Amino acid sequence: MNPATRRGFIGTAAAALAGVALAPGVRLIEFAAARAPAEPASAKLRWGLLIDTTKCAAGCNDCVKACNEENGLKSTGRPRTDAQWIRKIDLKEPKTGRQHSAPVMCQHCAHPPCVDVCPTGASFKRADGIVLVDRHTCIGCRYCVMACPYKARSFVHENLTDQKPDVPRGKGCVEGCTLCVHRIDRGQGTTACAEACAKAGHEAITFGDLNDPASAIARRLRELPNRALRADLRLDPGVRYAGV
Amino acid sequence: MATIVQRELSATAWRYYAPLAAIGALLAAGFAAFITMEVNGHHVTGMDNQIVWGLPHVFAVFLIVAASGALNVASVASVFGKLEYKPLAPLSGVVAIAVMAGGLAILAADLGRPDRLVVAMTHFNFKSIFALNMFLYSGFFAIVGVYLWFMMERRMQALSGAVGLAAFLWRLILTTGTGSIFGFLVAREAYDSALLGPSFVVYSFAYGTAVFLLVALAASRWDGRALDEAMTRRLGRLLALFTAAALYMTVVFHLTKLYVTRYHGIEAFILAEGGVHTLLFWAGQIGLGGVLPIAILYSRAGGSRTGVLAAAALVALGGLAQMYVTIIGAQAWPQPIFPGWQESSSFFDGEIHRYAPSLPEFFLGLGGVALAAALIAVAVKVLPLLPESCTASSSPQPTSPPARPR
Repeated sequence: MNPATRRGFIGTAAAALAGVALAPGVRLIEFAAARAPAEPASAKLRWGLLIDTTKCAAGCNDCVKACNEENGLKSTGRPRTDAQWIRKIDLKEPKTGRQHSAPVMCQHCAHPPCVDVCPTGASFKRADGIVLVDRHTCIGCRYCVMACPYKARSFVHENLTDQKPDVPRGKGCVEGCTLCVHRIDRGQGTTACAEACAKAGHEAITFGDLNDPASAIARRLRELPNRALRADLRLDPGVRYAGV
Repeated sequence: MATIVQRELSATAWRYYAPLAAIGALLAAGFAAFITMEVNGHHVTGMDNQIVWGLPHVFAVFLIVAASGALNVASVASVFGKLEYKPLAPLSGVVAIAVMAGGLAILAADLGRPDRLVVAMTHFNFKSIFALNMFLYSGFFAIVGVYLWFMMERRMQALSGAVGLAAFLWRLILTTGTGSIFGFLVAREAYDSALLGPSFVVYSFAYGTAVFLLVALAASRWDGRALDEAMTRRLGRLLALFTAAALYMTVVFHLTKLYVTRYHGIEAFILAEGGVHTLLFWAGQIGLGGVLPIAILYSRAGGSRTGVLAAAALVALGGLAQMYVTIIGAQAWPQPIFPGWQESSSFFDGEIHRYAPSLPEFFLGLGGVALAAALIAVAVKVLPLLPESCTASSSPQPTSPPARPR
């Protein structure tokens, strides 16, 4: 090896070593809010969404498209059996004709009926308020689908292929909005639907920690009159609606 | 007092095996349906994300409810001391176990992941009525099994009354649990009523007695040894009483719902505007399954085996109609997510959901019925369950036949 080559090699190696040494630090900064795999979800947090229907545009479906893309939901051409984790509901007040459009997904209740009725405990609520289905213990009885007041759960009616690595899905199990739990645990700080809504310029969906008074969602909840869907059931959902 | 002799079914050769082969063919069709649904997924059924519980659940819940009621005859004998029913008590226990097994087999086969049945038996969420029911159903097999043993084993007969009482109380709790699967679903306007638990108990008396009568009359015809007319008439009168009580519970249920304004929509749907659901309610559950059998049983025809057989078949069909309306009618009605607003979406919010059962789910349901029938057919062949003859004046002292000392 001649000296010039050796110098080049040492230089490249030093740069590579510096990169290896610094990269974790860079990652630490980038993923400051990420949760280590062994660290349990914290009950100090309560993740939730605020949907401002006055900003939600009728006909805009960007949140739905983003959710499908993020979680690998594809149409089979059989809409009655296809899973829908989020859908836009068009609303009309019959007496006045007032109209609204609002995305509806799992409301991540504090007292979720799906968790109450699940025989095996596959439906569960994380300490940070996210309601999920454990795909290893779901037996596909669909009792949770019967119990959910928001029609937020879907049953997988046929074989799936090309699932996303972050989003386990499979035939014969029940599923629903995970509040993009894989993003939250990586510290990405928003859901696919909220991100798409902001990108479209509507900002009708705000994601955040309901327990943090300084968070954007907590501030907006203080400012805007808002409510829970089916508040009569007193399930304390983590998703709130303003404007309707 | 005369001695009641109980024997195995004596029919042999084609008189036994031809019907058994027919039952076997239905069982095979049910198994083929199960495999079809398991391999392809539930999209081959009429069920979807709107109607998630379909025809299999109609059959399964009917059978589970009828199973607990099929124990009536044994309970009437040992709990309420009507000793003339005692010769029929072992058959009643066997019908209860077989029909329960048929119903549970359908439920297990309809799971999205039937391969995970062991998960359901090892992971329990005790707040779930489903999880509690798993204990109630398995306990039912155990208690009725012991009850049968004590009834049929002379040395244990002294204890059979106590076990009979335990079985009676257990089946009351079990059927309350089955009704509560629906009653506690506050999100569905057709349910959300504590009355569904006790209603299912009363329904079970009617459906179980009807199913028992169908089995007893079929077995006695098969065998040439008939229940005598007086016993048949007596059981028929019991069926009429239970059917009237079931009608009463139905009336009370709908009146309580109608009292609450927010339920007027669902009540109008079931009672007046629901198409097939309204038809099945009035013509199936109320007319053919309630009023007509009571009329038959209290008419001259009620004294004949044919009349009682017809009434029992009608009550059973009415029970299936009731389960269809209770299970599928309830899901056909949309859930109000924004009450007071008209809703529409790609997920069929705000719409009446339609449902067309497919052949696989129909045969899965029939397969459960066939499983129950097969278990009964084998049991009456190998166990001394049928009375040599059973009359309303029979002795209360069933003993072993001399030819079969135990």
